[in-house]
Amino acid sequence: MRICVDPEKCEGHNRCFSLAPELFEVDELGLSRALNGGVVPAGLEAKADLAIANCPEFAISIADED
Amino acid sequence: MSESDIQPREGCPVHDWATDYDVMDPGYIVDPAPVWRELRDRCPIAHTTRWGGSWLPTKYDDVREMARAAPTLSNRAPGVIPPAPEMREMLIAEVKEFGSELPPISSDPPEHKPYKQLILPLFSPAAVESYRPFTEKLAHEMIDRFIETGRADAAVDYAQQIPPRVIAHIIGIDGRRADEFTEWVRGILELGQTDPEARLKYRRLIRGFFQEMIDERRRAPRDDAISKLLAAEVDGEPLSDYTVIGVCFLLLVAGIDTTWSSIGSALWHFATHAEDRRRMYAEPELFPTAIEELLRFYSPVVMARRVLDPIDFGDAHMVPGDKVLMNFPAANRDPDVFDRPDEVVLDRARNRHVAFGVGIHRCAGSNLARMEMDATLRVWFERIADFELIEPERVRWTGGQVRGPRIVPMRVVAA
Repeated sequence: MRICVDPEKCEGHNRCFSLAPELFEVDELGLSRALNGGVVPAGLEAKADLAIANCPEFAISIADED
Repeated sequence: MSESDIQPREGCPVHDWATDYDVMDPGYIVDPAPVWRELRDRCPIAHTTRWGGSWLPTKYDDVREMARAAPTLSNRAPGVIPPAPEMREMLIAEVKEFGSELPPISSDPPEHKPYKQLILPLFSPAAVESYRPFTEKLAHEMIDRFIETGRADAAVDYAQQIPPRVIAHIIGIDGRRADEFTEWVRGILELGQTDPEARLKYRRLIRGFFQEMIDERRRAPRDDAISKLLAAEVDGEPLSDYTVIGVCFLLLVAGIDTTWSSIGSALWHFATHAEDRRRMYAEPELFPTAIEELLRFYSPVVMARRVLDPIDFGDAHMVPGDKVLMNFPAANRDPDVFDRPDEVVLDRARNRHVAFGVGIHRCAGSNLARMEMDATLRVWFERIADFELIEPERVRWTGGQVRGPRIVPMRVVAA
């Protein structure tokens, strides 16, 4: 599973970081970036889903598998 | 609609919420959800001429779209209840002379962004975690004061005590003055909504207080937010005293009754819902989702926008000068978006709530609010073995701009 944060949509709510700090980092303006190139480590898929389903800007999505 | 519509019918019962709603109606303040349910089915963007006139969206998608319609929907006057005509004229004159009153919340693009970027670093996750030990210590001190008595007012003795002291600590205000500026903030935000003299009086007190602090920090800067603002530049220019006062004023008022409302609502909820209370004791790992769910269900804040250019949303034809209430609390109960919207589900997984707003004006202090809720609720559940509401007839809620319980009498059992 790979996820990505759309920097155009992210408004820095930090909800993803608060619910799944293992998967995201945020800068000091709150803008989020998926860690590890967006690759979700095994066992953390549920947390990735939680982050996606809690973003009020609909900025996080599952990336297409290359 | 004209400003002259403001006063006459306040306090009259509402017969039709679609065309004549009253955000200060006592029943609506205690439980607005039935009104929103009715409106969503019948007239999802309601209108009133009360309190200066406004539009009230009740659907999630409408609220989101409106919140993102800056600057056609402008933030220049974010107050739900408009100021009295004299104060309004004074504010307009001030804005002409000095710029936006409370940047960034009263600013539109493009001025908005540099001010928002100025305050965001104060509330990054790392920054707010550094305030957690201070917050926990305060929570313990407050509980120490009442725990032996077996009774507490969860709003007055706990929820209201912590956010003023935390934000004071961040801005750099002497914590010993917390009671004083708590009174000022209540004066301006609660009393001042409907009492123009109180609104002016407390505004003057707060601005005067910050002017004194600015004078002190110019002589002797410290490691606090006010010193950082004095050292900051926007477009290569230092901020004027008027602007620094405005930003501090915003941090103070935005960081106090909002957060204490959320903490108070959460404790009211657990005190009146035994099953959820037992579940939190048994499953503390639920704190992160439970806090988001309580924020959704008890969303405290409504902000207003001012229409600058004609714009339509569904059947609502808005014209310049109209006011629109960003009804984030109602959006968060929309059944098209949330399953079982009128139930608290502590482990709710799909929860794109907009309690902190959405778009460019989303709350800058949301990490701080979340940390304060988390710290105060965890300490409460740790120190108190069980609690329940007593004397429910004494419970009081306030509303308008910020909704939350102001009196919550409880029996508490020490852990």
